Amino acid sequence: MRREAILDIAIFALLVLFALVAFATGQNFAVTIATKIAILALAGVGLNLALGYGGLVSFGHAAFFGIGGYVTAILASHAANYEPLAFGLPGTTQMLVIWPVAMIVAGIAGLVIGALSLGTSGVYFIMVTLAFAQMLYYLAVSWPAYGGEDGLSFYVRNSFPGVNTLAPVPFFAICASLLALALLVSACLTRSRFGLALQATRQNPMRTTATGIRPFPVRLVAFVISAMICGLAGSLYADLNRFVSPASMSWHMSGEIMVFVILGGVGRLAGPIAGAAVFIALEQLLGPVSDYWLGLVGVLLLLIVLFAPGGITGLILREKRHG
Amino acid sequence: MAEPILELTDLRKSFGALKATDGVSLTLLPGEIHALIGPNGAGKSTLIKQIVGEIRPDSGTVRFMGQGIDALDVAARARLGLARSFQVSQVIPDFTVLQNVMLAVMGAQGRVFRFLRPALRDPGLTEPAAQHLEAAGLAGREGVKAAALSHGERRKLEIAMALALQPRAFLLDEPMAGMGLEGAQQLTTLLSDLRAKAPILLVEHDMDAVFALADRISVLVYGRLIATGTVAEIRANPEVQRSYLGEEA
Repeated sequence: MRREAILDIAIFALLVLFALVAFATGQNFAVTIATKIAILALAGVGLNLALGYGGLVSFGHAAFFGIGGYVTAILASHAANYEPLAFGLPGTTQMLVIWPVAMIVAGIAGLVIGALSLGTSGVYFIMVTLAFAQMLYYLAVSWPAYGGEDGLSFYVRNSFPGVNTLAPVPFFAICASLLALALLVSACLTRSRFGLALQATRQNPMRTTATGIRPFPVRLVAFVISAMICGLAGSLYADLNRFVSPASMSWHMSGEIMVFVILGGVGRLAGPIAGAAVFIALEQLLGPVSDYWLGLVGVLLLLIVLFAPGGITGLILREKRHG
Repeated sequence: MAEPILELTDLRKSFGALKATDGVSLTLLPGEIHALIGPNGAGKSTLIKQIVGEIRPDSGTVRFMGQGIDALDVAARARLGLARSFQVSQVIPDFTVLQNVMLAVMGAQGRVFRFLRPALRDPGLTEPAAQHLEAAGLAGREGVKAAALSHGERRKLEIAMALALQPRAFLLDEPMAGMGLEGAQQLTTLLSDLRAKAPILLVEHDMDAVFALADRISVLVYGRLIATGTVAEIRANPEVQRSYLGEEA
C-alpha cells in the first residue's frame, strides 16, 4: 500500500518535472505536450473509477469528454458573439463557471446513460454505452449551429482569475492542479465506505447483494462521478485546442481513454497518468516516423494485457498476478 | 408454541414441466436448527433462493418475523436480518478478511453512500467487524486476503459476514461441503453456538452433522416435503428410509 502511494506521487511529480524542464529550456511545445498528458490522464482517472474500481467497462466515455468540450466551446462562442444562450442566459469565458456547467451537464448525461445501461452487463453493457456515445457523436455531426462535422472553434482561451491562461505554463499548472485534485478525490472515494461497496460489487455482486447492498445505485453513482470527471477533462481539452469537434465523442476517443487506463494499470490511482504519458510519447516520437504508430500501441497493449495485467504501474510494483 | 421466525406457506415453483418446489410449507422456530435434507435435485437450493428473494415463487408466501416479505428484493431481505451462506463460498477475493466483514457490517447499517472518510479508519465498521471475526474463530487473520484463505477459513468468514448482518435467521446452504473431518467437527460446534443468536435453516448432506445439530428435520424429495419431525421421528420414518436414508445405508 505504501509503495503504491509513493509510486503515485512519483509519477505525478515526473509529469510536473517534465513540464518545468521543458519550460526552463524554452521548449514551450513540450509544455503543451505535458498539458495534453495531464488532461487525457484526467479523463483516464474518471474512467478508471467506473472501469477499474467498478468493473464497468464503458465504451462510451468519450460522450462525457465531448460534452465537456462542447459545453466549453458553446459557452465561449456565445460570449464571443454576445449572443445569449437559451432563456436569455449569456455565454461566458470564465473557467470557474464553465467547469461546473460542463461537469453538471456531463453528470446528467452520465445519470441518464448509466440508468439505462447499468441493467445490462458484460458485452451488452459495452455495446449500450458505445451506442449512446455514437448517438451523441452523430447529433454533434448533424447540428450545424455548432459547427456540425467541422467542429466549433473559439479564438481566445477561456480565462481564470489572476492567471494568463494563454501562456503554456500557467495553463499547465491549472490542468495539473485539477488532475491532482481528481487523484485526491479518487483516492478518497476508493478508500471510503462507498469505495468498499463499489469494489465489492465488481468482485462479487451476488455476495454484495446478500450483505444487503444493492449494486445498482452504487454503480450508478460511480458512473456519474466518472462522467463528471471526464466532462471536466473534455472542457480543458477544448480550451487546450481552442476547438472542439465531433471526433472528441467518437468511439476512437472512448477507446483511447480506455487504452490509457489499461496501459497504465486498471484500478490503480496513477495508472492513467502513466498510460496517457506513454501513449502521447509514442504518438510524438513515432507519429512523424510512420503513420502506423498506432499499430505499435496495439502490440504494446496486447503485451501488457497478456503478460502484465497490472499495466505499467503494476510492472513497476512487480505485483504478481493473482486469481 | 412460539411464533415462527420464518414461515413458508404452500410455495410452488415450476421450471417448465419440472416442479422444483411443489407446495412446500415449513416453519423455522426461535432457537432451533431446522435441517433440510433430500437427495440431489430435490429442490433444496431452489427453495433457499425463494426464501432469500433470488427467485420469485409462482405462488405461496414467505413470512419473516410476522411480516410478508414477498415484495422485497434480496438486499432488503438481507437487511431485515435474513443471513445466507452459499453452497460455494462467496467472499470478496481481493479484500482482506476484515474488509469482507466490514462490507457486511455496512450492509446491515445501510450506510453506504459515505465518500470521504477512509472505511478502515471508521470504528463504526472496524470494531463490529473484529468482534464478528472473533466470534467466528478468525481472530488474528484480519489482514489476510480472502483469496488466500483455506476452504475451512472461508466458511468461517462467511459465517462472520452472516453474523455482521445482526441476523434474525441464518440460511446455511451446505456449510459442511468440502470440509475435512476435523473442519466439519469444528464447524459443527460453531453452528451449535450460533443457534443462540438466531435460528438456522440448515441445508446439509453430511448426515452426521445433521443428526448432531438438528432439532427438527424436513425431508424434501422431488420438490415435496415428505416428512418433518425430530431426529428420532425422521430416522424411524419408513418413507424417509425408503426414499432417502435407505439409499445411503
